[in-house]
Amino acid sequence: MHSAHNSDFRNMGTKEKVLIANGQGFWGDSILGPIRLVNEGPLDYLTLDYLAEVTLSIMQKLRSRDPKKGYATDFVKLIDRVLPQLIEKDIKVIANAGGVNPHACKDALLEVAAKHGVKGLKIAIVEGDDILTDLDDLMAKGEGFQNMDTGAPLTDVRDTVSSANIYLGAFPIAEALDGGAQIVLTGRGTDPGLVLGPMIHEFGWTKEQFDLLAAGTIAGHMVECGAQCTGGNYTDWKRIPDMAMIGYPIIEATADGSFTITKHENTGGLIDVSTITHQLCYEMGDPENYLGPDCCADFTSVKIEQDGKDRVRVSGAVGSPPPETLKVSISYHEGWKAAGQLTICGPDALAKAKLCADIVWKRLAFDGAEYLEEERFEEYVGSGVCHEGIASGTDSDPAEVVLRMGVRGPDRKKVDRFGPELVPLVTSGPPGVTGFAGGRPKATEVIGFWPALLHHKHVSTKVEVFES
Amino acid sequence: MPNIELNRIAMARSGDKGEGSNAGIMARSPEAYAFLKAELTEDLLKAHMRAINPGAVTRYAADNMLVLNFILHDSLGGGGSASLKTDAQGKTHGLAVLRMVMDVPQDVIDATPEPA
Repeated sequence: MHSAHNSDFRNMGTKEKVLIANGQGFWGDSILGPIRLVNEGPLDYLTLDYLAEVTLSIMQKLRSRDPKKGYATDFVKLIDRVLPQLIEKDIKVIANAGGVNPHACKDALLEVAAKHGVKGLKIAIVEGDDILTDLDDLMAKGEGFQNMDTGAPLTDVRDTVSSANIYLGAFPIAEALDGGAQIVLTGRGTDPGLVLGPMIHEFGWTKEQFDLLAAGTIAGHMVECGAQCTGGNYTDWKRIPDMAMIGYPIIEATADGSFTITKHENTGGLIDVSTITHQLCYEMGDPENYLGPDCCADFTSVKIEQDGKDRVRVSGAVGSPPPETLKVSISYHEGWKAAGQLTICGPDALAKAKLCADIVWKRLAFDGAEYLEEERFEEYVGSGVCHEGIASGTDSDPAEVVLRMGVRGPDRKKVDRFGPELVPLVTSGPPGVTGFAGGRPKATEVIGFWPALLHHKHVSTKVEVFES
Repeated sequence: MPNIELNRIAMARSGDKGEGSNAGIMARSPEAYAFLKAELTEDLLKAHMRAINPGAVTRYAADNMLVLNFILHDSLGGGGSASLKTDAQGKTHGLAVLRMVMDVPQDVIDATPEPA
């Protein structure tokens, strides 16, 4: 084991143009994206995002049952499929796949390396994001972890907290790369940091170069959802060629902060100013103040222009110092929910579906299971549920509708009482009820998300490097 | 002035943001952007999306991208991750905005390329 912490010299790169791709927009994204990025063209860095807001809470639960779990297992499967090519092309990989158990993830990767006969593979772990066991200490020191949306203090839900992680920035990732890592594993960090990290490493950017850090942050934001910037989820979908074989985005980064977004030749999809602008809008708040742990980026500062086929150049990014606080993602137990669905065909599909829902509520009430208005849910898919009040399919009788209904609440038993009353409609309701599959709906845990802030003076990160 | 759906002069992307969602509305031309910046107000958006979003609406503008960004503060069915709605992540809210019908001046339409 070699510690890269506090390294005095920078093992910087020497390339003018550095190719950084994103191959995974979320846990569940296609494995074909990163495989094709590695196999079908030049690449220096492959970044992969596996963590949604509640993923870490699920991972904490998995780890509490099995000390070898609690990380993104998909990542290990991917490395098993591409490791020889990664070595041959010297592609570095940065992934937040470590979850809440990066050492178990590293151990699994070392097994994969052994299986492929790879010796000397350097895997770095970035730690310091997981503050679950430090929460009480920090609260004793005066950190209230007030909910950013509601202002409520964390003491309201402290007893049911199941995970707490800081969104770390890009500098620990750069430090890991400085230490010679081929694979960098992190837990919770910002998504753009996965891309900014290698830029800091390659170009030697400092913590005070806010315009450059903003450029890297904006680049990271543009590619963090994978194919959502190369023609996926795009308004004019008919324009997008070969969506089945869609290419994932690659940033050609340069030391002055300007960059070009492109994709491998012979992949599907499309990159133009409008597909890139689509993605800049994703999860956007105030475009002039995109806050992160490394800088505040101004999205309104950049010039976005076409630079050839499937190439968009972005320049002129302006940044400013980051806030004194870092965002913390806390999750907690928020009760239970259960939902199920049936399909009801016409004639009178919608009227019959509404009768079905009414029957379920009446039978439950008869047996003493009454739910509050806000605990009950029903939806008639096919009659305009996504665009409620705007575009409705109820003007004419739809050929069929899908009745989705469910309950939620603090009492697991009461939530579980709902499921058994849905299926009987097939024989004891109106005609034409079908589409039941998958067993009775069961109560599943609702994991609440509690966004909060933490002063940076409480944050300390650690980078360790391991070798196969 | 013709009554047209916003899709003729704008594009959109949306997604979840806390208890609500954001919908970025991208004009298809500088002329369309000038019109939307003047006419597509928070109040208009709030009225159009009232069945989906009972909460407040905040608007930001990004002139360099021809984008108006709307935050719908309570559009995911309440209760955050406890929501049982099909679209609990607001993925379809951008297209919902594009279904709004507005009186758009003919010269703005003429200056704006048609959707594919």
